[in-house]
Amino acid sequence: MLELKNISFQVNDENDKDKEILKNINLTIQERFVAVTGPNGGGKSTLAKMIAGIIKPTGGQILLDGRDITDMSITERARAGVSFAFQQPVRFKGLTVRDLITLAAGKSISVSEACSYLSEVGLCAKDYIGREVNASLSGGELKRIEIAMVIARGTRLSIFDEPEAGIDLWSFNNLIQVFEELHKKINGSILIISHQERILNIADKIIVLANGEVSAVGTREEVMPTLLRTSEACSTLMDKIV
Amino acid sequence: MDQIQKSLLAQVADLHEVPEGAYNIRTNGKLEGRNTTANIDIVTKEDKPGIDIIIKPGTKNESMHIPVILSESGLKDLVYNDFYVGEDADVTIVAGCGIHNCGVDTSEHDGIHTFHIGKNAKVRYVEKHYGEGDGSGERILNPTTVIHIDEGGYMEMESVQIKGVDSTERITEADLKEGATLIVKEKLMTHGKQKAESKFTIDLNGENSSANVISRSVAKGESEQTFISHLNGNNKCAGHTECDGIIMDQAKVNAIPSLSAANLDASLIHEAAIGKIAGEQLIKLMTLGLTEQEAEEQIVNGFLK
Repeated sequence: MLELKNISFQVNDENDKDKEILKNINLTIQERFVAVTGPNGGGKSTLAKMIAGIIKPTGGQILLDGRDITDMSITERARAGVSFAFQQPVRFKGLTVRDLITLAAGKSISVSEACSYLSEVGLCAKDYIGREVNASLSGGELKRIEIAMVIARGTRLSIFDEPEAGIDLWSFNNLIQVFEELHKKINGSILIISHQERILNIADKIIVLANGEVSAVGTREEVMPTLLRTSEACSTLMDKIV
Repeated sequence: MDQIQKSLLAQVADLHEVPEGAYNIRTNGKLEGRNTTANIDIVTKEDKPGIDIIIKPGTKNESMHIPVILSESGLKDLVYNDFYVGEDADVTIVAGCGIHNCGVDTSEHDGIHTFHIGKNAKVRYVEKHYGEGDGSGERILNPTTVIHIDEGGYMEMESVQIKGVDSTERITEADLKEGATLIVKEKLMTHGKQKAESKFTIDLNGENSSANVISRSVAKGESEQTFISHLNGNNKCAGHTECDGIIMDQAKVNAIPSLSAANLDASLIHEAAIGKIAGEQLIKLMTLGLTEQEAEEQIVNGFLK
């Protein structure tokens, strides 16, 4: 279980004024699938990075299974059971897909094991296992490898920042299946930042983050209608203008 | 051969026993062992230190090893090795030099290798440099490689210097005739107060000749590296030179690529990039549970692989 208590994050903007990216966030994440959605710039990625330890909050506390991880480094949190798939995966000159999957698994694994992780994300493993994770891989391929690394880690908390973005020709059903399989394995929580209705539809809990604040939180039955109403209201308004 | 010499040999030539095929092993300035084959002859030079290696035309799939080992402190060794590779031959040559210096005096090996590559011959040349020993004496390696490639000839040169050499000045000069190809892959890592300089001059003289020089380097500590490459396009040709460096700590890397084209159809490109390890690369590996130091090692090892 992940608990965020009074989390805030402030930065100085170019005019040297304090800007609040996250304001007093209080959340408990213990469901199977938790989706975080909301407008661009609402603070979703900042929140994900904060849980992974890449950004330190300026106030508040983060607890993982009751343990305070607020002052832990990225490495310590990773070892404590947090995995994070980046929105924009990183390229490495010289390191191969197999190297990264092996590092993610944290132990030496056989080629067939490494391949099974790649197959799970819809990559033909034998074509990829020896490839360098450099500019020769497309954005969509990198994205799938990024997800495969999180699967290989199999920690209690897995965070995905817009996993569907850039994934082409790969049916959403497969992606959703991947999350379901992962859940069976880790028996923990999967936190997904997404704008996709189909991902929100499988969520047990939806968190709407806007302007650095939690504007809605609840089951999909509770939250989805409010999200849709906004778009309905918009289209009604548009109808009137046109 | 003693244990130190054997371990040096393993480092520079991946050899644990006496190799198959032709070889010439030089330890502390003296001939340690030699083997010739029906197609590869090795002859000691009479006018100066060094050997002539004569590879018969049409020799296929043979390899030869010519490692040099220095384990005596204070020794300065200079050799001239000339390779004559016959037409249509296809061979692999593994050279390399290992220095173990546990004394206070400077140990130095200067190797001047000249390749005469015959028409349509193909050579893969691998050169590894390695230094060790806890003495304060410096370990210096200054290799010079001169390459003449005849029509349709091909040479691939891989040079690796990862550890323990205090000072290196590498000079590589090549001239290429019609349809000849030269590929150079250089890997270099320096640490401490080491200095390394690598200078390439390549003359693309023949029509459709091509050269590709790829250098990857990592500079740590207070070390300093200088990479100079100069391509001359004197005919219709293709030339590419690339220097990719990672800089760490207080190290310094200079990359000086230059091109001269003297023909309308000479197509020459140079690329040079120097930078520290990208922060996001470190962060990614740390989110996999590696410490910052482990992440750095993985990135550097991968880069030089």
